[in-house]
Amino acid sequence: MSEVKFSKEHEWIKLEGDTATIGITKHAAEMLGDIVFVELPENGSTVEINGNAGVVESTKAASDIYSPVSGQIIECNQSIVDDPSKINSDPENQAWFFKLKIKDRSEINSLMNKEDYDKFAKENNN
Amino acid sequence: MEIQKTALYEYHKSLGAKFVPFAGYHMPAQYTSGIIEEHKLTRTKAGLFDVSHMGQLFIEDHPDLIIELEKIIPIDLKNIKLNQSKYSFLTNENGGIYDDLIVTKIEEGFIIILNAACKENDYKIIKDALGSKFKLSLNKDLSLIALQGPKAAEILEHLIKGVSSLKFMNGNNFFYNENKIYITRSGYTGEDGFEISLSNKIVEPLAKILVSNGAQPIGLGARDTLRLEAGLCLYGHDINETTTPIEANLKWAISKRRIEEGGFLGYNKIKANINGELSRLRVGIKPLGKIIAREGTKIFSQDENEIGSITSGTFGPSINGSIAMGYLKYNFTKPGTKIFLEVRGKKYEASVTKLPFYKKNYVR
Repeated sequence: MSEVKFSKEHEWIKLEGDTATIGITKHAAEMLGDIVFVELPENGSTVEINGNAGVVESTKAASDIYSPVSGQIIECNQSIVDDPSKINSDPENQAWFFKLKIKDRSEINSLMNKEDYDKFAKENNN
Repeated sequence: MEIQKTALYEYHKSLGAKFVPFAGYHMPAQYTSGIIEEHKLTRTKAGLFDVSHMGQLFIEDHPDLIIELEKIIPIDLKNIKLNQSKYSFLTNENGGIYDDLIVTKIEEGFIIILNAACKENDYKIIKDALGSKFKLSLNKDLSLIALQGPKAAEILEHLIKGVSSLKFMNGNNFFYNENKIYITRSGYTGEDGFEISLSNKIVEPLAKILVSNGAQPIGLGARDTLRLEAGLCLYGHDINETTTPIEANLKWAISKRRIEEGGFLGYNKIKANINGELSRLRVGIKPLGKIIAREGTKIFSQDENEIGSITSGTFGPSINGSIAMGYLKYNFTKPGTKIFLEVRGKKYEASVTKLPFYKKNYVR
């Protein structure tokens, strides 16, 4: 049984055991506009909670991607590097960014569920 | 100062525009279909742009006007034809550029189109330079819209007979529902198209008809990707008070007679540039991969010396890749020169390339 949580930086995180799949939310993709470039962390590298874990660029500007939890990167989605427009068309499924092995499950407690995130995104239109 | 709205603000809103503050105006950055789609529709059909934030300066004719105006604008105003438009600049004493602009000779005098962010300052500069005997006004009752793309002529001709016979960089008076309007065949996208100056009162009805006849409303986001593909400068980024027209690779815009005779602000510096005292030049830059090099990105040579910086960079939808412009030390400006762009601490290979990235499609 998988569980999906959301961060204030507009990332989603799908939890399956001690593995997490991370991407950006539909709301974030809409706010960014047409995404034309993605840079993902290196396979095997470690990321910290709220630490830098890549970059997305629209035609207008670059935005950092943050990891909602700490862990070690075990897989990156090369298909979004090859075709960044997938992030606009299917941000919460096909266009996941990376998978990581979670270091500390307690970090998940501070994340939002879908209902809270939707409310948060609506209030913070940014 | 309160942020201003153009006469089309409510119309943009009704179309679902995302607004951004730009030069003191609420301007549409994009509409619902997004920048890439808007860009492509301008290249394949026709795009409608609200550029009413730009300054429309009118200077009334006077026997001494051409002599005085030539002191600050380096084009041949003695030989400009009625209804002809010319791209030029307001230069400063060091040969730098206060603004780039389009001068059009009309029966009553001259119309000068100025950048939104510069227009108030330009007005002061021009007024001070000309002195008190000339009448000039920065017209706030007029809107300016641009219709650009391969279908622009067909769409506009359908509403306003005769526009399709205008030649590039020429204008004329036309009538729309008995209102006199001024149209030039010009633009900022690398496409065929028109710029239409008309009263704030009638701009919305005309915009609506153009859209219902097939024009797609286009925001500032696509305006930027279109002009960059076309190799056109954006004031405040690719050119400014410290760049000369020669460094900016805009020598073509200075009339031959003016280059020979001078008599305008900054001539000594510009002449020296032309005679070979040129340390840097604006060029096109094509990154090898997908990496996007934004304004301020440092440029390095193969032997790792810093040789310049990027002034504009984005993804070019019609090129389907990363494109940029920037200034390089003169020795490195030959097309094909291998250079390196430093983005987020890493160096990425790129090459100097000829402008424009996108060549206009002349098929009619």
